[in-house]
Amino acid sequence: MNITEKILAKASGRSTVQAGEIVDANVNVVMVHDLTGPLAIEAFKKIGINKVWDSKKVVIILDHQIPAESVKMAELHKMLRKFAKEQNIRLYDVGEGGICHQVMPEKGYVEPGMVIVGADSHTCTYGAFGAFATGIGSTEAAAVFATGKIWLKVPETIKFNVEGQFQRYVTPKDLILYIIGKVGVDGATYKSTEFTGSTVRNMSIAGRMTLCNMAVEMGAKNGIVEPDETTIKFLSSRIAKTSDYRWLKSDVNSKYEKTIEINVDDLEPQVACPSSVDNVKSISKVGNVEINQAFIGSCTNGRIEDLRIAAQILKGKKVKQGVRTLVIPASQEVYAQAIKEGLIEVFTDAGALVCGATCGPCLGGHIGLLASGEVCVSTSNRNFIGRMGSPEANVYLASPATVAASALKGSLTDPREVEA
Amino acid sequence: MKVEGEVIKFGKNIDTDVILPGKWLSLIDPKDLAKHAMEGLDPDFPQKAKKGIIVVGDRNFGCGSSREQAPLALKYAGVQCIVAESFARIFFRNSINIGLPVIECRGITAIVKDWDELTVDLETGKITNRTTNQSLQGTKLPPFIMEILTDGGLIENLRKRMNKK
Repeated sequence: MNITEKILAKASGRSTVQAGEIVDANVNVVMVHDLTGPLAIEAFKKIGINKVWDSKKVVIILDHQIPAESVKMAELHKMLRKFAKEQNIRLYDVGEGGICHQVMPEKGYVEPGMVIVGADSHTCTYGAFGAFATGIGSTEAAAVFATGKIWLKVPETIKFNVEGQFQRYVTPKDLILYIIGKVGVDGATYKSTEFTGSTVRNMSIAGRMTLCNMAVEMGAKNGIVEPDETTIKFLSSRIAKTSDYRWLKSDVNSKYEKTIEINVDDLEPQVACPSSVDNVKSISKVGNVEINQAFIGSCTNGRIEDLRIAAQILKGKKVKQGVRTLVIPASQEVYAQAIKEGLIEVFTDAGALVCGATCGPCLGGHIGLLASGEVCVSTSNRNFIGRMGSPEANVYLASPATVAASALKGSLTDPREVEA
Repeated sequence: MKVEGEVIKFGKNIDTDVILPGKWLSLIDPKDLAKHAMEGLDPDFPQKAKKGIIVVGDRNFGCGSSREQAPLALKYAGVQCIVAESFARIFFRNSINIGLPVIECRGITAIVKDWDELTVDLETGKITNRTTNQSLQGTKLPPFIMEILTDGGLIENLRKRMNKK
C-alpha cells in the first residue's frame, strides 16, 4: 500500500484497502472556520443530539473575515463563540491564531498518520506532515461533529517524483504551479497526489505545505509527503509526544495510477495567468503585465519562509508608486517571528501595508478587493473570475519572490533579474 | 426518483467563486444566497432558474472552494438537478449532502442545448433529452447515496439512522 492507503486502512480498522473501496474512517480532528462553521452548526442542531462526539477533536478557527468587517460577520463570529463555549470546543479568536491551515499544525492538531477533515478546500495542506487531510462541506462537518466518522472512497494515487535543485528565487510555489499547468485543473480529480523525490525530501515544511495546499487546484482529494526528520523537528515542540511514524512510508511495490517525473534544475519562475490555475506560463513567456496590487500572504504563501524571501527582495527599496502592496502573515506566530527578524520594518519601509493574520483578499472577502479592470499579482491559490473582487479584475498567481519583484517594478517581473 | 426540467447549460471548470462569489458568504438564509446564484457568469440566472431547471455542466463542475453555499444557492434558485461530464469532489459531496441530485454523464454536453427538456432517472442513471429524443447512460449513484438523496440530505439521513439505533 502507499501512504494514503495505509492511513485509510488504519483509520477504518482494516489490514488493507485498495483504490475504489469505500471505507468508514475514524476522524482524528475536524476543523471549521468563520465562513463554513455557521452552516455546520445550523446543520448540527438539526441532527437532534446535544454534544459533539469529542470536543477535544473539534477546532474552530476565525480567519476568513477577521476582525469582523461587517455586522453580519460580527454576528456569525458571536454565534461561533457561543457554540464553542457551550460545547467546550477550542476556538481561535482574533489575535490568537490566524489562517486555519497555518494554525492547525502550529497549535499541534496535525500529526503524521492522522485523518483530518476540514470545512475548507485547502485542508489538504496538512498532507505536508504525512497526514491524510481533505476538504469537506459544512453539512458533512456537522455529521462528523456528531459521529466522528466519515465515508471515503480510497483514491487512486498519482506520484510526483521531483529531483534537482531550485535556482535562486525559484520556489516550491513555482513547482506546484508548474505541476498544475501540466496536469490541468481536473487532472487529479478524486485522486491522491503524493510528492516524493530528493527535492521534496530536502524541502522545508513551509515548501511542502505549499505543494500539498494546492493539490486541490488539480482536483485532488489529498496531497501527501512522507513524514521524516524535518516533519518531526517542526512538530516536536508542538505536540505532546511524537508517535512512531516509520510505518508511514509507501511500500516499494505500491500501486500508482501514474508516476510523473519532474526535474527542477531548469525550472523558471511560474505564473498562473487569468482566470484558471492551470493557465501556467514561465515568467519569460508572460510578456508585459502592469499591476495595480501585489499580495503576499494566504494559506499558500504566508509563512515566515515566504516573508523572508519577499523581504530579501524588497529590503532597502521602494515598491513602485501606484502598486498597492499587501503583506499578510499567515498567523500571529508568523507575524511575531517576522517582527523579531525585522521583516515587518523592511515591508513598511518599502511602502507595503502589513495587515494582521487573515485570509483577506485571497477570496475577496475583505481587505484589498479589486476594482474592474485592475490587475493583482498574488501568492494565493486561485485566480478565478471574481475571486478577489470585481469579475472584471485579473489575478496572476506567483511565488512570494515574483510578487515582491513585481511590486518593485510595477509589472510582472522575474525575481532573478532583481539585484539583491 | 425522476427529475424533469428545462436545461441551462454551462461550460468547463465552473468554479464555486462564480457560482457564489466570496463576498456573499456571510449570508445564512439559502433564499438570500439564491439571489446571487451564478452571479459571476450570469446575473440573470436566478430569474431564469425560478421555474425549476436542470443545470448541465461540462468537466470539473463546482471546482474550487468547499463552500456549501454554492450548491445551496443553486438549489434554492430553482436548480433541481445537475448533470455534468464530471464534478469536483467536494461540490459533488456537498450537493448530495444538501439533497441536490448530481449525476455524472460522459457526453451530455454534446446532446443538450439551453432550454431542451430533460428527464433524469436517478435510480437507473438514464438521462433523456425529450426535445431531441436522445438518451445517455450516466453513472448510477450507489444505494447509500440514493438513500441520502431520498431522505432529503445527509442530516435527515443521519437523524433517521441515529434514531434507529
